[in-house]
Amino acid sequence: MSQTAIAPPPKVAPAAAASRPVYDETILKYFTIAAMFWGIAGFAVGLLIALQMAFPDFNIPPYLTFGRLRPLHTSAVIFAFGGNVLFATSYHVVQRTCRARLFSDGLSWFTFWGYQAFILMAGLGYVFGVTQGKEYAEPEWYADLWLTIVWVAYLINYLGTLWKRQEKHIYVANWFYLAFIVTVAILHLVNNVSVPIEIGSVHSYSAWAGVQSALIQWWYGHNAVGFFLTAGFLGIMYYYIPKQANRPVYSYRLSIIHFWALIFIYIWAGPHHLLYTALPDWAQTLGMTFSIILWMPSWGGMINGMMTLSGAWHKLRDDPILQFMIIALSFYGMSTFEGPLLSIKAVNSLSHYTDWTIGHVHAGALGWVAFISFGAIYYLVPHLWKKPGMYSTKLISLHLWVATVGIVVYITSMWVAGIMQGLMWRAYNEMGFLTYSFVETVAAMHPYYIIRAIGGLLFLLGALIMVFNIWKTIASPDSVASETGTPSLTPAALPEHV
Amino acid sequence: MLEKHKKLERNSMLLLMFTVIAVSIGGIIEILPLFRMQTTIEPVKGVRPYTPLELMGQEIYIREGCNTCHSQQIRPLRDEQQRYGHYSLAAESMYDHPFVWGSKRTGPDLARVGGKYSDEWHVAHLKNPRAVVPESIMPSYAFLAEKPYGDWRIKKRLKVLQSLGVPYTQAMIDEAQNDYEAQANPNTIIDPSGLQERYGDKVAVRDFDGNPDEITEMDALIAYLQKLGTDVDFSTYDPDYALKPQDGKPKTGAAK
Repeated sequence: MSQTAIAPPPKVAPAAAASRPVYDETILKYFTIAAMFWGIAGFAVGLLIALQMAFPDFNIPPYLTFGRLRPLHTSAVIFAFGGNVLFATSYHVVQRTCRARLFSDGLSWFTFWGYQAFILMAGLGYVFGVTQGKEYAEPEWYADLWLTIVWVAYLINYLGTLWKRQEKHIYVANWFYLAFIVTVAILHLVNNVSVPIEIGSVHSYSAWAGVQSALIQWWYGHNAVGFFLTAGFLGIMYYYIPKQANRPVYSYRLSIIHFWALIFIYIWAGPHHLLYTALPDWAQTLGMTFSIILWMPSWGGMINGMMTLSGAWHKLRDDPILQFMIIALSFYGMSTFEGPLLSIKAVNSLSHYTDWTIGHVHAGALGWVAFISFGAIYYLVPHLWKKPGMYSTKLISLHLWVATVGIVVYITSMWVAGIMQGLMWRAYNEMGFLTYSFVETVAAMHPYYIIRAIGGLLFLLGALIMVFNIWKTIASPDSVASETGTPSLTPAALPEHV
Repeated sequence: MLEKHKKLERNSMLLLMFTVIAVSIGGIIEILPLFRMQTTIEPVKGVRPYTPLELMGQEIYIREGCNTCHSQQIRPLRDEQQRYGHYSLAAESMYDHPFVWGSKRTGPDLARVGGKYSDEWHVAHLKNPRAVVPESIMPSYAFLAEKPYGDWRIKKRLKVLQSLGVPYTQAMIDEAQNDYEAQANPNTIIDPSGLQERYGDKVAVRDFDGNPDEITEMDALIAYLQKLGTDVDFSTYDPDYALKPQDGKPKTGAAK
C-alpha cells in the first residue's frame, strides 16, 4: 500500500504515475487556510453581536454597532468562510474526479486573490456604513462588479477543467458545484442591478423598488441558501462522505433525482420570506407550496448521503471525521424539515420576525454547512500537506462534542425564545387588549440571548481547537509518500450499491 | 431514462444548459408578472416620493442597518394592526429603492412610526435609548447629532431615482438642495413654501433635532421616521374600492 521509498517533496509528481496529471494542490492549501481564517473571524463577530443583544454596552458607535456588524457576521461566515471552503473543495473534487489539473493556474490564483479582495471590500464597506441594505447582498455596486469578474473566472476555470477531463463521465459532485456556480451568478446579477449616484460615489440605488425589490431580493436570498449553502455543500457530501467512508454513493438513480428536483424546486421557494406582506397572494401561495414540496428532494439527498455508510456503519464508531459528516446530514435533515414547516402560512404568522428564524438558520448554518465543511477540511489537511493523518484524533472528537453542544444550546434557546416572542406579541388579555407592550417582549428575551451567546462561544471554541489541530498537523515533521494508493472514486461508473 | 441522462453526464455544456433552464423557470414565473404594476400595486391616494431631507434620512437608516432589527411591513393580523396600525400597502413602499421591509423584529415595526412620538422623544431616544426605554437593547446613535450634513449630491440622487421611475419633477431636481435645507431649517432665508408646493402640504417643515444652528444627520433621520406611514389617509381609504359596484352595477360578473 504505502511506498517504502522516501517520499518526494509534495509538489513534485511521482514519476511512477506518468499518466496521472499533476494536480494543483497549492491553491487548495491557500483556500483551506483562508477558510479557517475567515471562519474564526466570522464566528467571533457572531459572538460579539450575540453579546450586543444581551448587553447593549458591547455596541461601540459609530463603527461597531449591531446594525453594521450583523452583515459583517453573515458575509464573513457565508461568503468568506463558506465561499473559501467551496473554492477549496470544488477545485479539489473537480481535479480528482476529472483526473485533470485545474484549467488555468492564472485563473486559479486570480480567483483566490480576487475573492479575498472582494471579502475585504465588502467587509470594510459595512463597518464604514457602505451597504445596499439587502440581506446577504449588502456589498455596494463596485464590490458587486468585482465579484462578477471573479465569478466568471471561477466558472471558466471550473468548466475548463471539466473540458480537460480524462474521465468519460462527470461525477455527481460536479453537477452540484456547477449548478451552484452558475445559479449564484444569475442571482447575483439580477438582484444587484443598480445605478451608482455617480462614478466616484460608493453609493447606488437599486433598480428595483418596493414589492418587486422584495421578491427579487428573497428570490436571491433564499437561493443563496439553496445554491450557495446547499447545492455547493451537497457537492462536498457527494465526494467526501464516500471517500471518508470508502464506500460508493448509495444510489446513482437517487443522485439524479436529487439533483434535478432540488435545483428545479428550490428556486420557487423565495416568497415564503414574504408571507402576509404586500406581495400578491398568488406569489405567496406558490412560494409556500414549493417550499413544502422541497422537503422531499432535501430528504432524498440526505438519505443518499447517510445510506452511503450502509455496510460500513461500524466506521462511524471511531472516526470523528465521519461523525462530523453524518451529524451534518442529520442537521441538514432537521433544518430542511423545519424550513417547510416555517413556510406554512399559519406557522409563519407566529414565527416570522422572531428569533425562531434565527435558530432555524443556525441549525442549517452551524449544523449542516459548518459541520460538513469541518469534515471535509479534516479530510483535506493531511491529504494536502502529505501527513499520515491529523495531529490528534482526540482533538477532532473534542471539537465535535464542544461544537455539537454549542449548536444544541444555540438552537434550543432560540426556539424557546422565538416561540415565546411570537406568542407574547399576539397575546390578548380577557379585556380584549394586547397583554404585552413591545418592550416587555424585549426584556423577556434577555436570558435567552445570554444562553445563545454561550452556545456561540462553544462553537467558536471548537473551531479554535480545530485551528490548533491543523497547525500542529502542518507543523509536524512526519510525512507520507505523495499518495499513490487508494484510487479516487471511479467517477465514470458512479458505482451503485447492490 | 438513465441512458439518456448519461448524455448530460458526458457533456459539460449540455449539463450547464439544462441546469440554467431548470433554475430559470421558477424565477421567471414568479418575478416577471410582478412587473405588471396594475395587478401588483393598487394605486392609493397620497403616496409621494421622499423629500430630499427624508431621502437622506432613509440613506442613514440603511447605512446604520436599522432594518436589521426593525421591520417596515405590518401584516394583516389582528394583533399587528392593533399594535402598529393598518397593514402595509404595496403602494406605500413603491418609491423605496430598495425596499426596507426587514425580516426581524428585535425592535418594533416602524412602518407607521411617523407622528407617534415627538421629535424631542426621537432625539432623546436616538442619543440614549435606555434613558427613555430602560429595557431597550438599541445602540446609541448620539453621533448623528454631531454630524453636520455633508456633500450628499442630492441633485444627482434625485436624478438617478427619477431615471429609475420615481416621479421627481424637473423642479424637484433643480430645487433639491434648497428643499433639503428649507425643510430642516425653516428660519433661514430659504422659503419653505416651494417645498410644500412640490411635495404637498403634509410635509413636516421644522427643526427636527432641536439644534437650529445646523442641519445634522439627526435632522434627516427624524424627518424620515416622522414621514413613515403618514402618506395614506386611512379614514378615507377603502381597500375594496376596486371590487365595489360602480354606477349601481357590480364590477365583476358575480351577480348571484
